Amino acid sequence: MNTVQNFEIFVPKLVEKREFFSSGHRACQGCGEVLALRLLLKGLGEDAIIANATGCMEIISSAYPATAWMHPYIHVAFENAAAVASGVEAAIKALRRKGKIADREVFVAAVAGDGGTADIGLQALSGAAERGHKFIFFCLDNEAYMNTGIQRSSQTPFMAATTTSPAGKAIKGQRTGKKNMPEIMVAHGIPYVATACPSYPIDLLEKVKKAKEADGPAYIHVLSVCPTGWRSPSNETVKLGRLAVESGVFPLYEVENGKYRLTVELPEKRRPVSEYLKAQGRFRHLGPEDIGKVQALVDREYRKLIHKVTTSVSWS
Amino acid sequence: MGKRIGMEVAIAAAEAVALCRIDVAAVYPITPQSHIAEHLSDIVHDGRIDAEFLTVESEHSSISACAGASAAGARVYTATSSQGLMLMHEILPIVSAMRLPVVMGVANRAVSGPLNIWNDHTDVMPQRDCGWIQLFAENGQEVIDMSIQSFRIAEHPDVMLPVMVNIDGFQLTHMIEPMIMPTQEEVDRFLPPRVPFATLHPDNPLSMGCFNMPDIFMETMKAKDVALQGAKKTIIKIWKEWAKIFGRDYQPVETYKAKDADILIVTMGSMGETASVAVDEMRKSRKKVGLVKIKLWRPFPVEEFKVAVRGCKTLAVMDRALSFGGAGGPVATEIKSLFYHEKERPRVADFIMGLGGRDVRVEDFIAMVERAEKKEDDTYEFLGVRE
Amino acid sequence: MKQRKWPETWREVTPGCIVFTPGNASEYKTGSWRAQRPVWDNKKCIKCGMCYLFCPEACIHEDENGYFYADLDYCKGCGICAHECWPQAISMIEEEV
Repeated sequence: MNTVQNFEIFVPKLVEKREFFSSGHRACQGCGEVLALRLLLKGLGEDAIIANATGCMEIISSAYPATAWMHPYIHVAFENAAAVASGVEAAIKALRRKGKIADREVFVAAVAGDGGTADIGLQALSGAAERGHKFIFFCLDNEAYMNTGIQRSSQTPFMAATTTSPAGKAIKGQRTGKKNMPEIMVAHGIPYVATACPSYPIDLLEKVKKAKEADGPAYIHVLSVCPTGWRSPSNETVKLGRLAVESGVFPLYEVENGKYRLTVELPEKRRPVSEYLKAQGRFRHLGPEDIGKVQALVDREYRKLIHKVTTSVSWS
Repeated sequence: MGKRIGMEVAIAAAEAVALCRIDVAAVYPITPQSHIAEHLSDIVHDGRIDAEFLTVESEHSSISACAGASAAGARVYTATSSQGLMLMHEILPIVSAMRLPVVMGVANRAVSGPLNIWNDHTDVMPQRDCGWIQLFAENGQEVIDMSIQSFRIAEHPDVMLPVMVNIDGFQLTHMIEPMIMPTQEEVDRFLPPRVPFATLHPDNPLSMGCFNMPDIFMETMKAKDVALQGAKKTIIKIWKEWAKIFGRDYQPVETYKAKDADILIVTMGSMGETASVAVDEMRKSRKKVGLVKIKLWRPFPVEEFKVAVRGCKTLAVMDRALSFGGAGGPVATEIKSLFYHEKERPRVADFIMGLGGRDVRVEDFIAMVERAEKKEDDTYEFLGVRE
Repeated sequence: MKQRKWPETWREVTPGCIVFTPGNASEYKTGSWRAQRPVWDNKKCIKCGMCYLFCPEACIHEDENGYFYADLDYCKGCGICAHECWPQAISMIEEEV
């Protein structure tokens, strides 16, 4: 059960009914990323333009002459979702001001995977955030370059096996931990940063709403369970997202003008990380000592977050 | 009637772009383009035009932001050089495939390595195949004129392709020249507001940048090539309109004393002016030399070029770039292939000259012509290199 | 929806490969992918709507009585709905070969 604050209603039937991502897309069975996308598009509403980076969501949705997108949509390349979104935002601003298009707000959203956000896309994202464009950047994080065949990214968790960080005899999986993207975005001084997970759909939708209301760039990092890449059963996608949150591997929080707040409170004694790891084939090579290392890393990162939650002060 | 001004050409380029009422400019500075970027930002920050000026964090982002802005219906401009253009290389074919009318000023500068900030064409030649319309300006007046014409060309419904205006870095960008700056009223008459073919807006949702499977990709590529080749007709038509309003003529290929020439120098860009002085010099000693200046590089004006050089036995081609390890300079290689099947073919002497800002003087053109006359084979050679 | 002629000739490809019909991906029926399909026991269903919310295909719809069903044209049989249903009102049954 989630204990949540500031939720108005927890009733799926009252969520936006329109679908902005049509059925008939080519995502894998049980894809957590497309579920996340479906929900965040509902949160955006119809007055939005999507700039998408090359990746899973782009490939499964836009094979000419078909498109699953109901929004106006543009895909250019892999690393420039934020730069393209900057251009769209600037154009809409200029055209509205000059009376060349309808004078009503249109949200610009950039959607990219973890590669197109934290690795090859980091420069464009940093530049766009620094320039202060009013746009929302959604990182749909399935923790590897899934579209090209499950290669590691800077978001691949410690010890996870991917095709470029395999669990070999000498080196067992990813050697570094997850680069803290939300932290990097907070350091840019943008008004709204949040983490979200489709296993907590109402929390996700509330965060999209706040991102829309932010007075400047907003960043939402969405955990996207990938049964194909994580080697998990296709029906456990939502469960895994929940386990990630409840064990503290992926805490759900938001940072409004520098003030940290957990949006899903966790008990003092979190779920052990082993439950989460054992449910995924990409961690199957982990022995008890390895799990201990992962637990220590998760505990350390979680403590750092709690410290920020208790000591941070809004800079507005 | 336009105003006579004396101004640095890069500044004039920025002023000309401002006259075009752009909506968005996304520029990253690089020598020798920086004056264009700086002056354009002066114009925007002074409120002289109503536009969004994005100081992006790299050239890759500047062309990407231009793509996004153009897709949303804005009139956009960017400028770059050398390494910046190379960094944009990934995105250039995408912009033309998406039929976005982006206009870009390229201050031609040598490509590294080694680093060299001075003028040649090695930055634009690797972009030959990217599907952009490419013009070469010879002097400041052409820079102003071509910058304005480019928006009209790019946005024309029969074209819908991005345009590059090549401006020799330092040799042209940093020269102070007497020019005629058109008035706002004249430019407004020539260049109406943009009417996009398709635009990103929730009032009419659509998807841009969809990918192609093998079963359709070749058709898409043919359509793009047909569009670029077919653009020549429209460019010539627009140049005729330009002449009517502004009184200045533009042709894809221009000639100087070429009619009776035995040997023709072929240039692109600002070197044409020096070459024409050399032609006059050589004509004094009764040598039948002439000059052919290519203004439209892509789409290559095949018929116009053949007509311009008809009857001439030898072409002395100035190439300011080279395909290392290949058949020579890009301009000469292109010309040779045009004539391959013709019964009457001129000899093409390919000279690699003026790389990395190496000065090419009147004497060098005279030496080039003498060398072309003596040359026995058709291999390319470097001219002006210390042996 | 009128079926476009496919494959197109080079003259028929839209400029820039723009697709002017949002959501026409629905012409492809992904239902052929599945090995199992969800079946609702409406006696157990509490009409919460979580199955609808968690379906990655957006193929679960509410009927006129407030119960839910999957559009079998698109259901890929991932089983998330059955897994998440609190009263366990949904079972996944094997498709016949």
